[in-house]
Amino acid sequence: MTALLDIDRLTIRTGTTALVRDLSFQIAAGERVGLIGESGSGKSLTALAATGLLPAGLTAQGSVELAGQQVIGRPDHVLDRLRGTAAAIVFQEPLTALDPLMHVGRQVAEPLARRARRDGRSLSGAALEEAVLALLDEVALPDPARIARAYPHELSGGQRQRIAIAMALACRPDLLIADEPTTALDVTTQAEILNLLDRLVRERGMALLFISHDLPVVANTVERVVVLRKGEAVEAGPVSTVFGAPQHDYTRSLLAAARSFDDALEGRA
Amino acid sequence: MTAILETEPAARRRHSFTLYAGAVLVGIHLLVALLTLVWLPYDPTAFAGGRLEAPSWLHWVGTDRLGRDLFTQLMIGSRIALMVGTGAVAIGAAIGVTLGLLAAFASRWLDDALAATLDILIAFPTLLIAMLVVAASDTASLWSAVVALGIALSAIVARLTRILAKRVLVMDYITAARTSGTSWPGIVFIHVLPNIWPTLSVNFALQFGLAVIAEASLSYLGLGAPPPNASWGRLLQEAQGTVYTAPIGAIAPGVALVSLVIGINLLADGLREAIDPTRRAR
Repeated sequence: MTALLDIDRLTIRTGTTALVRDLSFQIAAGERVGLIGESGSGKSLTALAATGLLPAGLTAQGSVELAGQQVIGRPDHVLDRLRGTAAAIVFQEPLTALDPLMHVGRQVAEPLARRARRDGRSLSGAALEEAVLALLDEVALPDPARIARAYPHELSGGQRQRIAIAMALACRPDLLIADEPTTALDVTTQAEILNLLDRLVRERGMALLFISHDLPVVANTVERVVVLRKGEAVEAGPVSTVFGAPQHDYTRSLLAAARSFDDALEGRA
Repeated sequence: MTAILETEPAARRRHSFTLYAGAVLVGIHLLVALLTLVWLPYDPTAFAGGRLEAPSWLHWVGTDRLGRDLFTQLMIGSRIALMVGTGAVAIGAAIGVTLGLLAAFASRWLDDALAATLDILIAFPTLLIAMLVVAASDTASLWSAVVALGIALSAIVARLTRILAKRVLVMDYITAARTSGTSWPGIVFIHVLPNIWPTLSVNFALQFGLAVIAEASLSYLGLGAPPPNASWGRLLQEAQGTVYTAPIGAIAPGVALVSLVIGINLLADGLREAIDPTRRAR
């Protein structure tokens, strides 16, 4: 069986500097994988490269296959059909990831209607409105009818991230890429959003690529992790193996840092 | 906390005052312009009174040096100014927004070429470009002036559109929309245009004012609407020779011009406050 996302010796360069080097990993349908590493280790670039959306000036080499199709070097009009359907992304900062001048209900409606068009159905008017409200309800937003008419700046950070998740779900992707989805939120909200993502991914049988620098967050959500350092994968394997018996110094230092932070929080330092 | 809450209604009142003041000024000109289509106090070409009469009940702002009623000509001037402003901004916006979006989306090479061309065009005074375009057409008419001003304004609109669109295109919500499969046309119409519209529309109002003033200048120089069209610029030009004996002939078209331009600017400012939800909430 072919993998949903198959990244093979991916190298991302700006000019002559390699930001990601020889990165390889696969995600099978329904599998949950964590991509961890510190800031600037190339995690987010990998996510963008998976959908062929690297910023101008960056070039990708190697192979990225999404749903069996090569992504690197393909023109936008081909990739547009793949984006959303094969993979959708939830970004770190929900305020900037939402259009500030559009009611959030309409922002959820756009991908819903597009997915329906791709499936050869037409979704509009009252049916579309109903689908939007159902989706807002699914991401556990209170009073969906009121929220749908709000602008992003009128919502809290957690509510905005729920909207962003609803927008990704509206695409009904096979693979959900969550790029540090909880980093911009406070601790209580983080836990809620994590539980929500966890529940939705399991219920819908989606594959998940969870990108984070936060080890405990990743550990509870995914089955397998890839540890990235300065653009290179230093360790990969099942969560229990990597976190239980880390082979690489970098993984050990990440774990130690997470542990001492927890100790400091709980007054054990 | 209460202090913040109390300032909000005051701020809102100020916004709506801007909107209403602008609407009233523009509304008066618009009504007068519509009125001239069906009714005029005098035939604008008839010698309705003595030469250079002072304002009276018969001639509200007096008569010109040939004895024609000035108020009648001012009313027609309103219509011409609105037509020129609307026409020039429509042409300038159509060309300018298209070029600006093209540059924002284009490859770096095409973008640089377009940006350099626009910068060179903007370095020429609007009026000079308009004069060149009018001179290139066979006869000076109202429409050649409108087209000339539209082309001259389009460079400014294009540059602004390019900058605004580029700023929107790097936002996360554009990337988010792209990852969910929105095509480039979708990005333009769903996200880019609505987000640059508040700033663009205010700029259009400024351009409208510029166009009205530029048309008056063109007419003043004899390159605008030819004589049967009583544009405010031509009225100013005709009043020039008699400005010491009958100053009202120059003051009246000046006041009309200024009131329309200020009205348009207030209206645009008020409209922006009203349509931008992030401003409205604060």
